[in-house]
Amino acid sequence: MRLADRHATAEGPPEPVLAAEDLSVELGGLPVLRGITMSVRCGEAVALLGGNGSGKSTLVRALLGLIPAQRGSVELFGTPLRSFRQWSKVGYVPQRSTGGLAGAKVKEVVASGRLAHRKPFVPASAKDRQAVSDALRAVGLQDRADAEMAHLSGGQQQRVLIARALTNAPQLLVLDEPTAGVDREHQQVLATVLAELVQGGTSVLVVLHDLGPLGGLIDRAVVLREGRVVHDGDLGELVAAHHNHHGHHEVEEPVLDLGFLDGTVER
Amino acid sequence: MIEILTYPFMQRALVAALLTGLIAPAIGTYIVQRRLSLLGDGLGHVAIAGVGLALLTGSAPIPAAVVVCVVGAVIVEVLRQQGKATGDVGLAILFYGGLAAGVLMSGIAGGGTGALSQYLFGSLTTVTGSDLALIAILAVLVLVPALGLAPQLFAVCADEEFARVQGLKVRLYNVMIVVLAAITVTLAMRTVGLLLVSALMVVPVAAAKNLVRGFYSTLVCAMVVGVLVAVGGATGSFYADAAPGALIVVLAIAVFALSWPISILMSRRRTVALVLPELVDDDDMDAPHITAEDHPHRHVEGCGHPSVQHGDHTDFIHQGHRHAQHADHYDEH
Repeated sequence: MRLADRHATAEGPPEPVLAAEDLSVELGGLPVLRGITMSVRCGEAVALLGGNGSGKSTLVRALLGLIPAQRGSVELFGTPLRSFRQWSKVGYVPQRSTGGLAGAKVKEVVASGRLAHRKPFVPASAKDRQAVSDALRAVGLQDRADAEMAHLSGGQQQRVLIARALTNAPQLLVLDEPTAGVDREHQQVLATVLAELVQGGTSVLVVLHDLGPLGGLIDRAVVLREGRVVHDGDLGELVAAHHNHHGHHEVEEPVLDLGFLDGTVER
Repeated sequence: MIEILTYPFMQRALVAALLTGLIAPAIGTYIVQRRLSLLGDGLGHVAIAGVGLALLTGSAPIPAAVVVCVVGAVIVEVLRQQGKATGDVGLAILFYGGLAAGVLMSGIAGGGTGALSQYLFGSLTTVTGSDLALIAILAVLVLVPALGLAPQLFAVCADEEFARVQGLKVRLYNVMIVVLAAITVTLAMRTVGLLLVSALMVVPVAAAKNLVRGFYSTLVCAMVVGVLVAVGGATGSFYADAAPGALIVVLAIAVFALSWPISILMSRRRTVALVLPELVDDDDMDAPHITAEDHPHRHVEGCGHPSVQHGDHTDFIHQGHRHAQHADHYDEH
């Protein structure tokens, strides 16, 4: 989609960059996601919330085709996942695990984010190297390019993974629990980095255990519970719904612990 | 030194050793990155079946071993990708099946295990001109993708899921890695032998990881170490009348042993920032608040006490305690 097309639809709701329809996923024979219908529209920042085991990470992985779905469909930029090839439009920030990356240098990790653009056997171009240094600057790690991943703090490693996803200048950024295990100060740094991207028009889908400092840049929240969507709307509604439940005692459990909203629930 | 170059069999031996030393650590870097350090050993066992088959049919051993070993490697990788190689049992059966089949076929061919032993432990000095040509072709075949596709292979080995979201054909690259490993194993069977080839794939990489930082530096350094120990071992075996394969591996382990103290010295200089995660459970239980008694000393960066990153703050290590600043006093952490 060209930029001009995006603005052409500005009259109605913007087109979804990511849409799932009736998505069901089983892991080891157990249903983990059941009939999920959700979307991220162009320029929107969506939080995927829910407790442990609610299926947040599974959903993100199924949306990107990393695990197969038993039923339903996923479309990326209007193309069915199966035939989607423009992966440079998508930036993925997986859950932080230093395992395979521990011995690599920061710039090597970030450079691997350019592979959707690069052809086999062709060395990195000046443009590729520029993209790497720009991405490192965007997350404020330009002076750690030669450091080994294992020597960085958790928050810095997370920023490296974000920089890796940014090297393609993606139109959709998907982050899986970027704040897990990151202290509050560095969560604030992450929030600043992401806020700039959202400002620049990048669509964001972010899995969060609690909103924390990232809450400020979220347009809409999708809340999962036991593999189903229990809320899909703006954050204000979510808070209002929460207070209603408390006032009337109609529902045994709130949709969401309010701690998710003000960030008092920590991991 | 020059004397050994006058013997044609030693010239061939040295070139074969050099090629093996170059290739084995190159593919070994990816194998180690994927935490499959023992894959080479298993493929060596499969290659024995290929040698047995060659002895039985009277064909050339290297081509037969390449074919059998590549087929075995692809089976292993396909089983792994389908999640069916669980518990390593399938792999073990394949590997030991290869060894047993090789020994049986060699016996039927009338050579017994004696005919196999030059492939099990290498026999560098009997490398023929045509062997060398084949080894050189295979070496180029391995080296071109191992270096030319380094960024892709690194991405696949280090973070497979991210590589998939980049649109990389991850399955193809994974198969490529094991096929390259299989070719390397058979290529090395004349130099270090099938039982020791895995050492030449893994040990130089382990040494390089101690000596340099970063993935690409490790790749290059491992290849340098590999060439040095392979050529050094081949030369040494000529003068000491020792088994070249064993000497090469012993040299590689010696380099690794020497690299250890060097890595400790280097990491001292780098002052590794150790990070202790803050243990906060979901049930909002706070750590107990214990204050340090009577603490006139003020901890600052460079005050002489070692510091450690603890969650979102810095603890200073003071007489076996971890002190963290809290308002006007220090807490015990």
